[in-house]
Amino acid sequence: MNKVKTLNSNTLKDTMKKGGCGECQTSCQSACKTSCTVGNQSCENPNR
Amino acid sequence: MIHQYKNNGYDIVMDVNSGAVHVVEDVVYDAIAFLAERLPEMEEPAPIPEALVRETKEALAASYSQEDIREAMEDVQELIDTEQLFTKDVYQDFVMDFKKRKTVVKALCLHIAHDCNLACRYCFAEEGEYHGRRALMSFEVGKKALDFLIANSGNRRNLEVDFFGGEPLMNWEVVKQLVEYGRSQEEAHDKKFRFTLTTNGVLLNDEIMEFCNREMSNVVMSLDGRKEVNDRMRPFRKGAGSYDLIVPKFQKFAESRGQMNYYVRGTFTHYNLDFSKDVLHFADLGFKQMSIEPVVAAPDEPYAIKEEDLPQILEEYDKLAVEYVKRKKEGRGFNFFHFMLDLNQGPCVAKRLSGCGSGTEYLAVTPWGDLYPCHQFVGQEGFLLGNVDEGITNTEVRDEFKMCNVYAKEKCRNCFARFYCSGGCAANSYNFHGSITDAYDIGCEMQKKRIECSIMIKAALQD
Repeated sequence: MNKVKTLNSNTLKDTMKKGGCGECQTSCQSACKTSCTVGNQSCENPNR
Repeated sequence: MIHQYKNNGYDIVMDVNSGAVHVVEDVVYDAIAFLAERLPEMEEPAPIPEALVRETKEALAASYSQEDIREAMEDVQELIDTEQLFTKDVYQDFVMDFKKRKTVVKALCLHIAHDCNLACRYCFAEEGEYHGRRALMSFEVGKKALDFLIANSGNRRNLEVDFFGGEPLMNWEVVKQLVEYGRSQEEAHDKKFRFTLTTNGVLLNDEIMEFCNREMSNVVMSLDGRKEVNDRMRPFRKGAGSYDLIVPKFQKFAESRGQMNYYVRGTFTHYNLDFSKDVLHFADLGFKQMSIEPVVAAPDEPYAIKEEDLPQILEEYDKLAVEYVKRKKEGRGFNFFHFMLDLNQGPCVAKRLSGCGSGTEYLAVTPWGDLYPCHQFVGQEGFLLGNVDEGITNTEVRDEFKMCNVYAKEKCRNCFARFYCSGGCAANSYNFHGSITDAYDIGCEMQKKRIECSIMIKAALQD
């Protein structure tokens, strides 16, 4: 593709297969405590 | 669902349902905008109907060359074929299944002290007292809380415990005892505690720093930015500002942690709508990890953020994002919590749909052992879930939180940000609308802007 640069390779749909292990950090424990941001959390699933 | 926007010279297209993010040329941007109004979302890739291809080419002909349009249409079709454009939302049924599963408790916010040595004007905890009385958590109550966490965490190995307040350093001995107790239980139960501390820094000293650097996986240091901004909202009880006492301690603390695994975290209000200066002030003080959050306050408070403040706030995020990129490229970058976005290794869709986990995975514990859905609900009796002796007894409220997800919220269903903010903060929603399945609208506008900025930053840093 000449006119498009895609920033990410994984799609959300793929994460349905192995997701939901629950080992990731709870978002409010990181810094916010007053707003919910989940998109910046890291996945901690070793089998992803 | 497609969301497209231009920011800092970048044309960005988000295919919300797949999570794909594209930086495109103008001709592709305009082609997608034209198609988005005419093409349905697709469960499986399919060719764009020929008539629509012709129509799109005609619409673009006045602005672009034939060659550019042809290439743009090829690129669009390729994105469709690889399920990165015009994809359908296939998660609704998935989230229903996901919600039926048994949830485990994986994180506790321990209100180790309902007391504080500062009198921050916006404190939702009412200077530490949370609509209640001053109190310190005893070791016995804290121990029961950790036991409750271990017993209710199922197969989850990593357990998170945040020492919160009020000001947790006002009950420091108990913090140390609880860390020691937690560590003593790890091996027998095959668990790993991740302790964190949220502090205003007033009582911080070398011994505490050394302990935290050994035991705390993250530390949140509360500071609002420039001296005049901080001291206006974060005074001592007798009125003096806290900046001069706290800043050197936080600088030392951050340095002693190798500038990692901490956040300097501030709150901005109606009084400092130019908060990008406070973020940059943190950076100029040498901090590398930081966050500044909008205040959450009743609309009649003079410091509350008002709807008419939004244009300036959104512009501040844009300004900050441009400077953020510039400093990163100059090798003197820093991390701003809300601009950190992991597009490739980020959370799975299950996590994105279920949000922060308040009331199910995440609970707050008061000094006397009561359980609440999160720290923001503490003291609101209708949300009392149970206590550390009996566990969760109010299953009705627990189940209400369990079902609180993106699809339970009318406002979120058609929002491009839904897989990034996961429906937002339940407490904010409740405070503004009396329901945990609504959304705090001013907060939503800010969240959307932060996501747009974060993605622009990703694009700019790849250049």
